[in-house]
Amino acid sequence: MSWQLLAIQIFNGLVNGAFFALLSLGLAVIFGMLRIVNFAHGALYMLGAFVAYTLGQKLSLGFWPSVIIAPIIVGVLGMIIERTLIRRLADLAPAYNLLLTFGLTLFIQDGVRLMYGISGAPYAGPSLLAGATNLGFVVFPTYRLFVIVVSLVVCFATWFVIERTRIGAVIRASTENPAITRTFGIDVSRLVTLVFGFGAAMAGLAGVLAAPIYSVDPLMGSELIVTTFAVVVIGGLGSILGSVMTGFAVGVLAAVGAALYPPIANTLIFIFMALVLVLRPQGLFGMPEGTR
Amino acid sequence: MRIAIAMMLAALPAAAQYSGDVVKVGVLTDLSSVYSELAGPGSVKAAELAAEDFMKKHKDIKVEVIGVDHANKADISSAKAQEMIDRDGVDMIIDIPNSACALAASEVVKQRKKILFVVTGGSTALTNAKCSKYTFHYWYDNYELANGTGTAVAKAGGKTWYNIYPNYAFGKDLDAQMRKAVEAAGGKNIAPSDATPFPNTDFSTYLLKAKSLKPQVFGTMQAGADLVNVVKQYNEFGLKAEGIKLAIGLVTEADIRGLGQDAFAGAQATLSWFSHHDKQSEEWAKRFTKAFGKPPTYMQAGVYSGTLTYLDAVARAKTDDTDKVIAALEGHKFSDVLAHNAFIRPQDHRVILDVYQVEVKAKKDAKDLDDLFKYISTTPAEKAFMPLSESTCRMDGSAANTATPAAPASPASPAAPGSPAAPASPATPAPAPGK
Repeated sequence: MSWQLLAIQIFNGLVNGAFFALLSLGLAVIFGMLRIVNFAHGALYMLGAFVAYTLGQKLSLGFWPSVIIAPIIVGVLGMIIERTLIRRLADLAPAYNLLLTFGLTLFIQDGVRLMYGISGAPYAGPSLLAGATNLGFVVFPTYRLFVIVVSLVVCFATWFVIERTRIGAVIRASTENPAITRTFGIDVSRLVTLVFGFGAAMAGLAGVLAAPIYSVDPLMGSELIVTTFAVVVIGGLGSILGSVMTGFAVGVLAAVGAALYPPIANTLIFIFMALVLVLRPQGLFGMPEGTR
Repeated sequence: MRIAIAMMLAALPAAAQYSGDVVKVGVLTDLSSVYSELAGPGSVKAAELAAEDFMKKHKDIKVEVIGVDHANKADISSAKAQEMIDRDGVDMIIDIPNSACALAASEVVKQRKKILFVVTGGSTALTNAKCSKYTFHYWYDNYELANGTGTAVAKAGGKTWYNIYPNYAFGKDLDAQMRKAVEAAGGKNIAPSDATPFPNTDFSTYLLKAKSLKPQVFGTMQAGADLVNVVKQYNEFGLKAEGIKLAIGLVTEADIRGLGQDAFAGAQATLSWFSHHDKQSEEWAKRFTKAFGKPPTYMQAGVYSGTLTYLDAVARAKTDDTDKVIAALEGHKFSDVLAHNAFIRPQDHRVILDVYQVEVKAKKDAKDLDDLFKYISTTPAEKAFMPLSESTCRMDGSAANTATPAAPASPASPAAPGSPAAPASPATPAPAPGK
């Protein structure tokens, strides 16, 4: 493989990694703060794409307003789900959450299928970002570069807020010890809802960004979510930095793997995951349970 | 006069000759999952329309149609086929998207001695290693698709090719066939074809490779959601703008309506039928749209034609007795509203018919929403399908009738149509939850 092809593959990998990073960021925030494995994440991603399609194309709002509004709508839906359903399972075994969110996935997928059909919907990218940019070694579609940048900015901002600000400290405190945090007069239950909503909004944002380049169909999230879970496991459950770094790394790994030996591209991630689980069960960036 | 007498004769003792006094057609299809739009409820509607039309002509024969969901899983397909025959008393089963499901049902009809028409399943195994006296392969298959598009595009001046295919049996076979057809028609494959992971969302690697190879034609054997991804990114990476033509192994109206006509505009493919091909097809499509609420796909058109062909054989045999209907079907030559110059080969039960080379129209050139294709050329029936000399089919159930590796498509292949995310096949990774 020539260095040029390698460079191209790394760029391609970064684009895919941008989606993995955004998705696993949402999953990691929800798991890290709430200890909920959200299986409906892939469906929320798909919903983001369809909400953007409805806003942008059906209601002709265009790309830019829908890139902002669609994640908010998905986030609000996430908050409603948390308030009405997930909250009720707080005291039960984690398996119940798994069943609930998996069931939600089926509901959302079939609902979208009924409304839009199984073959999906057309979605055009913004004309401002149409065309390609010459990077010196390769001419790369401008929109894809935009995706990488947006993903990096959002991921960094999230990490910064949670690790370096007062709000982040409060969120971390309320997951560490909700009872004590409450004594400081902080409404923990509202925080939980907000965090869940934020995670859902991240999935929605990934969906909106994916709509112009990937097939927009009711099952678009179901394949991606499997890889995303692998990313979260490799990065370390609940680790924000880990999820983001691993997201990009796995994207690049898969892209380079696909160029070297296509049959292994989809498997490579899971081989990597198995290795990490054997050698470092807490994940690359995770801390063993109990030391957090 | 002769017809009138025949009808009178048929009218009198008819009742006794039809099991349960009714000819029952069972549409076994994907009612809810990935193929539900290209076949699914529309296939059931198509069979109902065929039954309606048939009963108008043959008032003495009562036809009933039932639709059953195989959920895109081979084991369910097999169980449902048994149930339809044993409990519901169907005389014939039709449609079956997903070749793994079609092959499973083919085993069942062989045991139960009923008739199967595979329309939407595309594997050539059905008329080769896995052929059977009771199974007929109607409308299209993988060989015909690749052969048609490869030959026509190369003959029309697309001389240099670079192909990609999804990395499983169906894609591999389609690609091998396409390469052969291209070379035979005077074209050249300028690079080895690339296998892509399956399922796959990102095809940028191959599209960039195509850009540097600069072939006249970029061939894709991807189907369903993978195909939509390829086409979206083919436009995004500007291959169309550079004049690299797109040749598609298997495309359906459902894909085009999903992504939008303009994204596909200019792509070439082979179809057994399309709605604006001629006046009667257009009228039929209008009628279907009115009855169903959505325009038909060519698979659904195939179910209509297939159901009519079967019922016509029943009328000619004056019974729904399996052996007698098979005798009436074998060697039958016909044309109907949708199928032209069709012939049912007795040796392998491949139903051959004229097929069409088409180019997807841009939206501005379309007369109406259903006007998707521009006609380019016709491949006559006898040239369109795999010649008998190449078929490995042995009807007598000898050793060759069990899995022979020489078959162009393995039964494990999710095969056409589409098949990305077809969870029925063991080769398919990560089935969609609940699908």
